[in-house]
Amino acid sequence: MAYSEKVIDHYENPRNVGSMDKDDANIGTGMVGAPACGDVMRLQIKVSDDGVIEDAKFKTYGCGSAIASSSLLTEWVKGKTLDEAGMIKNTEIANELELPPVKIHCSVLAEDAIKAAIDDYKSKK
Amino acid sequence: MKTPIYFDYSATTPVDKRVAKKMCDCLTEDGNFGNPASSSHEFGWKAEEAVDQARKDVADLINANPKEIVFTSGATESDNLAIKGVAHFYHKKGKHIVTCKTEHKAVLDTCRQLEREGYEVTYLDPEDTGLIDLDTLKAALRDDTILVSIMHVNNEIGVIQDIKAIGEITRERKILFHVDAAQSAGKVPIDMDDLKVDLMSFSAHKIYGPKGIGALYVSRKPRVRLEAQMHGGGHERGMRSGTLATHQIVGMGEAFRLAKEEMAADNERIRMLRDRLLKGLEGIEETYVNGDIDQRVPHNLNISFNFVEGESLIMALKELAVSSGSACTSASLEPSYVLRALGRNDELAHSSIRFSLGRFTTEEEIDYAIAKINDNIGKLRELSPLWEMFKDGIDISAIEWNAH
Repeated sequence: MAYSEKVIDHYENPRNVGSMDKDDANIGTGMVGAPACGDVMRLQIKVSDDGVIEDAKFKTYGCGSAIASSSLLTEWVKGKTLDEAGMIKNTEIANELELPPVKIHCSVLAEDAIKAAIDDYKSKK
Repeated sequence: MKTPIYFDYSATTPVDKRVAKKMCDCLTEDGNFGNPASSSHEFGWKAEEAVDQARKDVADLINANPKEIVFTSGATESDNLAIKGVAHFYHKKGKHIVTCKTEHKAVLDTCRQLEREGYEVTYLDPEDTGLIDLDTLKAALRDDTILVSIMHVNNEIGVIQDIKAIGEITRERKILFHVDAAQSAGKVPIDMDDLKVDLMSFSAHKIYGPKGIGALYVSRKPRVRLEAQMHGGGHERGMRSGTLATHQIVGMGEAFRLAKEEMAADNERIRMLRDRLLKGLEGIEETYVNGDIDQRVPHNLNISFNFVEGESLIMALKELAVSSGSACTSASLEPSYVLRALGRNDELAHSSIRFSLGRFTTEEEIDYAIAKINDNIGKLRELSPLWEMFKDGIDISAIEWNAH
């Protein structure tokens, strides 16, 4: 199966790889997926007091499309408000990365990850 | 050295140039193009002669009688003919079949079909080495068991089953024994005089022959009967109708003849390369070989790099043509059923890579692969949340994951 150029670019040069302190009140952490399925995605967001995502980091265990989906997502959510970030749809990610049908679940996982990170942040407030 | 480097000889092999030459001689007007069944003229006789020679070459590799070789379109067809053929012929004797969970899909799906027809199938669990425990096998046999089907060499992990010992057990109970030898012919010595095997499936394209041709060994002493699956002109003693594909058969014959001549030297060289590869990789932390390392063909290395998903590793290793036990490419998301049957946990099953080496693999290629893999495992682990958790001492198996 051939990958799109965008997937290869994110895979070879992943943006915003890393970790932030999950116990920090301004950090929201979303970890979704399962090793059994071959995908685990962890997305972390750092939120300013006025509700804007200042920084985002990810780590992903999964195929190239899963890595690319989470890398792209960290780029997109930075600078967005929580409400804006919560409205990102998996189809937008899939379209941007030109994911084939068997890889759509990777974009679904990315959408789940940002929602989980936002929920985690809100639960701390 | 050219890239990508081919490390997928268990999937298929290139046709040896000596084989291709022989095949080309059986196609055009100036060659041996006749129908081997045309008994009324020289074109037919010459084609029949070529087929007879090939049949002998195939039989010679396994020390069988050429009359015991039935040509088919490949090992999948041979498996179907053997299992369905026996089941349908002997159904009055019993309707129970024993096989193993790590068999090739050509055997497993054929058994599933027979279950739909009212047969009963026992799927044995292998041990964590991939090998079958003989007592487990014995315990599964019943008075109405008509067939045991066990592969010689596993396609994913390369382990070699004890076919000789299994044959002793089945023969004593007068149960027929079928062996899928698609991955073992030309790699492991096979002597039908020594083995109590009734049916054995072969493929040409795994040993430098062409795709689209295979054979089924059908024992004459004791005589095994089969119900044909393909009906027509009654070729191959009624067991498999259809005009014999002279060029394919000649290709298979030549590939088997070369395998008999070169197997010992090839194996020795390939084993050295495989051991070099293993040595270059086993220093990587959290690396596990899948399947028994001793009871194993010399060209196979199936290895899991824990906390790195197989498909992403394959993407990083784009200069290496290898295969992965992770099935993220399929819609199922299920990792290799073979590794699961060995009791490997999901992370390890999803993290596996199969290297299969062959006649044209070089030392330079092995060294290149070792360097590439060492470079990329570190990079991918930096990306892996599971690796970070492992390094922080978190027990991943204790986490309740939301499987999707």
